[in-house]
Amino acid sequence: MTARDDVLARVRSALHTATPRPLVAPDQPASRSPETVSGTSDATRGGATSGLVDLFEERVADYRAVVVRCTEAEVADAVRHGLADSGTVVVPDGFPDDLLGLPTGARRVTDDGLDAHALDAVDAVVTLATVGIAETGTIILDHGTGQGRRALSLVPDRHVCVVRADQVVADVPEAVTLLDRSGAATRPMTWISGPSATSDIELDRVEGVHGPRTLHVVIVV
Amino acid sequence: MPPFPQAAHTALADTQLRSNLRHATHTIRDKRQRVVDEVDQWEALRTKGAQVKDDMLAHLDEHLLTLEASLTARGAIVHWARDAAEACAIVAQVATDHGVDEVVKVKSMATQEIELNEALAAQGIAAWETDLAELIVQLGDDLPSHILVPAIHRNRSEIRQIFLDHMAGSGRPAPADLTDEPRELAGAARLHLREKFLRAKVAVSGANFAVAETGTLVVVESEGNGRMCLTLPEVLISVVGIEKVLPRFADLDTFLQLLPRSSTGERMNPYTSMWSGITPGDGPQEVHVVLLDNGRTNVLADEVGRQALRCIRCSACLNVCPVYERTGGHAYGSVYPGPIGAILVPLLKGVGHDAQVDSLPYASSLCGRCYEVCPVKIDIPEVLVHLRAEVVDAHRDGWPTGMDLAMRATSVLFADPGRMSLAVKASGVANRVVAGLTGLPGVHGRSLPGGRAAIGRLPGPGAAWSDARDLPVPPRTSFRTWWTQTHGGRDETAGGRS
Ligand code: SF4
Repeated sequence: MTARDDVLARVRSALHTATPRPLVAPDQPASRSPETVSGTSDATRGGATSGLVDLFEERVADYRAVVVRCTEAEVADAVRHGLADSGTVVVPDGFPDDLLGLPTGARRVTDDGLDAHALDAVDAVVTLATVGIAETGTIILDHGTGQGRRALSLVPDRHVCVVRADQVVADVPEAVTLLDRSGAATRPMTWISGPSATSDIELDRVEGVHGPRTLHVVIVV
Repeated sequence: MPPFPQAAHTALADTQLRSNLRHATHTIRDKRQRVVDEVDQWEALRTKGAQVKDDMLAHLDEHLLTLEASLTARGAIVHWARDAAEACAIVAQVATDHGVDEVVKVKSMATQEIELNEALAAQGIAAWETDLAELIVQLGDDLPSHILVPAIHRNRSEIRQIFLDHMAGSGRPAPADLTDEPRELAGAARLHLREKFLRAKVAVSGANFAVAETGTLVVVESEGNGRMCLTLPEVLISVVGIEKVLPRFADLDTFLQLLPRSSTGERMNPYTSMWSGITPGDGPQEVHVVLLDNGRTNVLADEVGRQALRCIRCSACLNVCPVYERTGGHAYGSVYPGPIGAILVPLLKGVGHDAQVDSLPYASSLCGRCYEVCPVKIDIPEVLVHLRAEVVDAHRDGWPTGMDLAMRATSVLFADPGRMSLAVKASGVANRVVAGLTGLPGVHGRSLPGGRAAIGRLPGPGAAWSDARDLPVPPRTSFRTWWTQTHGGRDETAGGRS
């Protein structure tokens, strides 16, 4: 028997011999199902209320990320400001030119298959996002247009991320539903909640281990 | 490893360890409580988590086949492993096929369980742990003591010394002027590991979840070392326990709420990575997934114990356990310490063969806190009692005289929290009386390593058992009294943001 056949046979025999015990009795109504989420939420239909955006802003800031809110016309300036004194900035394919502001003298790097070492020499990255979660202050990248492949938003030490207010949903279930429906579920995804951090040394939280040590979020309202 | 009671002696005598543990477990559990209290329907969420896992387990064979098909359709290569040796051999073979002598690793309980690093070392392949705590443990040639914060038993000055002494031996040395500031220590780790990330060809990970319908693997982490390993190398091998399957992508909504809050006490952990097989132009272009049994089907066949397969390794049960808090993880002699370890290890390995494994179901006071915090409602006390009965049954003929009696006495004594509380209070009182009669602090003049007083002989049914072992003298204040006195008014300053 192959290991596969053997493991499957053991699973089946275990399921056969053990009498299933009753499931845990639900002691309260189960949490919201996707149906109720889609029925009640404005967010999943695209139109986050300003309350949601406020919460999102507050929760992202809780992680010691920098958050700024601006209008469409102000994005390029906000991005430039977020990039601070970065000398080189990698800009993923599809990042809209009108949203891009580079610090004076900064060099724009295009991702033409940069290897890890080349990417390590780049100071900053600017990306779009696909979903923001208000309750947890989370930004989700599905690494589609304007977001770059996963390594781009990982290796450079500064990440400036532009999120549109209408991409912000209330909570994790809404985000999962949205991703599931949009077909993003098989794409690579990165959920980012604040900058890289560790609490491994006496539980003292230190921001910045391997991922970008600075996360700068621009919310476009 | 010595059985739990002996190993616990050594741990109890280590005051540095105990103070680190107390600080850490209290800090994390307070943070957890705050973020759990934020969620209106936490109880309903726990129930849902338990139900999703139970439903999945009841059809595990079908979900595994779906997962295999989804992964294969997305370009991944799926392997199956009956046991640790097979899983290690598969990983070693892939690494050897690529001619590498090193791999980078994401922290993973499954790979620790199968002792992958040792197996790879035997083939001349170095496995670099990249999680900061795992790095501390690996450089210090030490054992992890906590699921989530494996170096919980080390303080900052010990970590500094480990870095100064050992980083040079495996790559970029620590800066000579390194201080013990956590920020500097993390910075040293960043530089030390970055050269490994940039050159690594092969990475090894586990997975927190594996979604059958989409073939999505999920890794939840904080530091970004996981992202480095999952993204930069050409080849990725993920070792995934068969119980990690979730039927649908939509099931992640429940678990991505339960896990971070229960684990680090955060609303969300800094980084969660999801990937499904191969994505052209993004990340590893050769992806292997090893589906691991290694005793999990034994657990599945145990109708009381099966619920242990719901475990999402959040470690909340460790942080509330009065026994864990006092002994630390090493005393459990396994990669799975604390309450979950006390049930999972005997379930995975079976009882009646190994004194160390058989002692684990007794490493508990059955106080029930582990069950209260478990995000997937594993009734750990119930499984402990069930396993104690199995251990006793397994030793009907061959147990040292009196041991089963002692063990059963313990389980009766601790069977409900009310009785335990009384018994513990009584033992605090008894100790003062005994100490008064014999002079402070030891009884019968015996002491444990570290100078802690020891009781030589227990009265009553415990006598036969304690004849062969020293038990630490119960503290003058009983644990529960001490807890009530100190916990309520505890000054909470450490632990970063809430
Ligand atoms: S048993 Fe429950 S509380 Fe303990 S680690 Fe597993 S999921 Fe977490």
